Amino acid sequence: MTEPVLSVRNLQVEFATRRHTLRAIDGVSFDIAKGEVLGVVGESGAGKSVTGLAVIGLIDPPGRICGGEIRLSGLRIDHLPAEEIRRIRGKRVGMIFQDPLTSLNPLYRIGDQIVETIKTHMSLSDSAARKRAIDLLAEVGIPAPDKRIDGYPHEFSGGMRQRVVIALAICAEPELIIADEPTTALDVSVQAQIIGLIKRLGRDHGTAVMLVTHDMGVIAETCDRVAVMYSGRIAEIGPVGDVVRNPLHPYARGLMGAIPTLAGDDKRLVQIPGAMPRLSAIPPGCSFNPRCAFAFERCRIERPEPIRRGAQAVACHLFDASVKDSAA
Amino acid sequence: MLAFTVRRAIQAIGVMIAVGIIAFSMFRFAGDPVNQMVSIDTPAAERAAIREQLGLNDPIPVQFVRYFAGAAQFNFGISYQFRQPVATLLKERMPATLELATVATILAIVFGILTGVYSALRRDSIPAKILQAVSLIGISLPTFLIGILLIYLFAVTLGWLPSFGRGQVVRIGWWTTGLLTVSGLKALIMPSVTLGLFQMTLIMRLVRAEMLEVLRTDYIRFARARGLTTRAIHFGHALRNTLVPVITVAGLQFGSVIAFAIITETVFQWPGMGLLFVQAVQNVDIPIMAAYLLMVSLIFVTINLAVDILYTVVDPRLRATVSRAG
Amino acid sequence: MLAAAVTLSFLLLAIFAPLLSVQNPFDPAQLQLANSRFAPLWTADGQSPFLLGTDEQGRDVLSAILYGLRISLAVGVLGVLFSGTLGVVLGLIAGYVGGAVDSLIMRIADVQLTFPAILIALLVNGVAKSVFGNRLDATSMLVVLVIAIGLSFWVQYARTVRGSVLVEKNKDYVAAAQLIGLPAPVIMLRHVLPNAMGPVLVIATINLALAIITEATLSFLGVGLPDTMPSLGTLIRIGNNYLFSGEWWIVAFPGIALAALILSINLLGDWLRDALNPRLR
Repeated sequence: MTEPVLSVRNLQVEFATRRHTLRAIDGVSFDIAKGEVLGVVGESGAGKSVTGLAVIGLIDPPGRICGGEIRLSGLRIDHLPAEEIRRIRGKRVGMIFQDPLTSLNPLYRIGDQIVETIKTHMSLSDSAARKRAIDLLAEVGIPAPDKRIDGYPHEFSGGMRQRVVIALAICAEPELIIADEPTTALDVSVQAQIIGLIKRLGRDHGTAVMLVTHDMGVIAETCDRVAVMYSGRIAEIGPVGDVVRNPLHPYARGLMGAIPTLAGDDKRLVQIPGAMPRLSAIPPGCSFNPRCAFAFERCRIERPEPIRRGAQAVACHLFDASVKDSAA
Repeated sequence: MLAFTVRRAIQAIGVMIAVGIIAFSMFRFAGDPVNQMVSIDTPAAERAAIREQLGLNDPIPVQFVRYFAGAAQFNFGISYQFRQPVATLLKERMPATLELATVATILAIVFGILTGVYSALRRDSIPAKILQAVSLIGISLPTFLIGILLIYLFAVTLGWLPSFGRGQVVRIGWWTTGLLTVSGLKALIMPSVTLGLFQMTLIMRLVRAEMLEVLRTDYIRFARARGLTTRAIHFGHALRNTLVPVITVAGLQFGSVIAFAIITETVFQWPGMGLLFVQAVQNVDIPIMAAYLLMVSLIFVTINLAVDILYTVVDPRLRATVSRAG
Repeated sequence: MLAAAVTLSFLLLAIFAPLLSVQNPFDPAQLQLANSRFAPLWTADGQSPFLLGTDEQGRDVLSAILYGLRISLAVGVLGVLFSGTLGVVLGLIAGYVGGAVDSLIMRIADVQLTFPAILIALLVNGVAKSVFGNRLDATSMLVVLVIAIGLSFWVQYARTVRGSVLVEKNKDYVAAAQLIGLPAPVIMLRHVLPNAMGPVLVIATINLALAIITEATLSFLGVGLPDTMPSLGTLIRIGNNYLFSGEWWIVAFPGIALAALILSINLLGDWLRDALNPRLR
């Protein structure tokens, strides 16, 4: 097996507040292979976005990576000096943020912003960089790119702006794109186009994609594999078809049960009772145990580690062979 | 864009007419112009003759139009104290005030932006905290106290700088400048620092607040995610976005710098329009007061108009909304 | 909290000035020329009981400061009350009545806001002198100063109050009050105004510092309070004449007192703003 583009092992991120230190990410591990799209789902505050920011080295104080390692094609990139991680950002890892309306500097022409990024990472002349910028705009589907390149962000619609943001993210041919809720702020009709675009770019360039979203529909449509996150940990990870059709973790089951299907089956949508715990009040043992219908003694004491089940891995004591009989 | 400019220009003319009415009312009603021009023992017949001669018996609107038409040609009447045309006095004094105000504004903008950017980028450093504390004190200290303090330090104790006046000036046409002689430049230091200090603290605090705000925005985060250098992010993106509101404020402040020059000029006996105005208020010299009001308003209104237009040039979003609205 | 304590002690010092001073600096009978130009007590030329020295008329600088503090605070507080009342009333009317009245008031406010307060105060001052003659006595000069300051600072109150009125006006309780036939002034004063009081209080505190600075500046420029009724600004103007002959204490201590007073009021204002957290910058 070739080396994965991104390999995260036992990542831990904490935020120091005045009263206590909060652990936002606690032991997250996953890989993304070349050309693969990994979906990361979970509720707000589950640590999806923080994971993405940690990979690209944009965790701002008071937050910090306090454990584990992140490798980009084998090179360890956590704890790199600021200047070196800066060179990787935008060049080897592209990032797309949630809100295209605020991601672009309103005072600069979009062409200037693209050319600036290209010239930061590639030694091209002004005219070559501009030519490349026009090509990129064409590639992300902006009509008349040679004219629109001199427009200001406010002259573009939300969907068009997100295309510009994507052009900015891929302008130095990165190995990895991290897309943090790229469609949340967009109209439903535009969402599918943007998702399609990201998927196509990943395929055409062999780019690995980490797609952070809370939209299971987007995951099912786009991703090769999916990681379900819950309060700073990965509850379940596996091929998207398996996880969607046959979720193992009780939380993942609840999550899948909460998706309405067009098939119109008469099952009621399942709802997970309660809410995710705040970071300051994560219960001992499995953090999902207060909301879990299957919780037993061990869940309240011991933190579950990922257990392999076919192509899936699930962090739940129910799947520990040694206790399975007593739990079922 | 054009419609916007025209609309603002019409508003500016409206303001000038309103100020003109106030100036005229002062000139005509606050204090009888005749009484100020004659002595106590002037016979009534002579007074009536002067009245008639000055046109004070004409209907008020006629007098107003006459005053305004005169003012438009820089004819503001005769000063009670100096027995000279007010226009001549103002013309003599104007270069001193404009030089002082310009130098003070440049100092305020340059040092205000530098210290503001520094204290935003190195927010938790000790120099930044000292700057913040000093700026609070700077805002709390009245201008004239700062002037007195500087005089005591640099003129009385150290004897480095002159405590009053403009030093030697060079005459270029009707303009006089102190910028071309050593003594003129030395004389300019303390007044311009005193005058600029308040604006500087204001600009520094504004730059700091705006910059911190901008640094938190998504497009700065995205610029970092694009791998731009820290320098490009701070001084390209963040500073440029910070400067839009700062330009407005600094521009608008130029007007108040001219007005605050009244105080500075009094402290340093700087022979400008402000000192003339204070003497006029002390001696109830209404024509000078009215003329000063008109002149300063004209400067204010012109600056406001210029800033409005400049603003639309700097911010493309405004250009769009403005032309759409126009 | 420290700021509040310091401001309060300034207030107490001003109120009890006659009890704390070694002499009444306004009473010529108590001044002796033999005591003139003493340096502060801790220097070699100091002379008890004149802690901060004396001026050229044998006036105790500390006593003059305490009395001057009284006058500065009085003008400041009265000026703020006047500008606050004017601004609140105009703001209420503009917001509640709306239409042409609103546009007129707010347009005047816009225009006035482009002119610095000190210029307006100077003009009002000059016009008053011209109308009433140059020989205004000290008390009427105080009234003129209060009016001049009031007319310079009303705009901010008016804008803030108008803003809150526009927000409150459409709420149900105002409609209910109108339905039961309460007259407009009652609705405005009893129901709408209390909602705007927080920001008004903060503006008033900050404006108190500005009003005191404005009065001090006018007095320093020689168009404020006369030497017979000196505020801190007047004392600084008088003392400034002695700076070159080395009698620094005559100007320094009133200056320090003024700066400390303004700084503490400003800090109190900042603290109040954070505590009440209205929509102010």
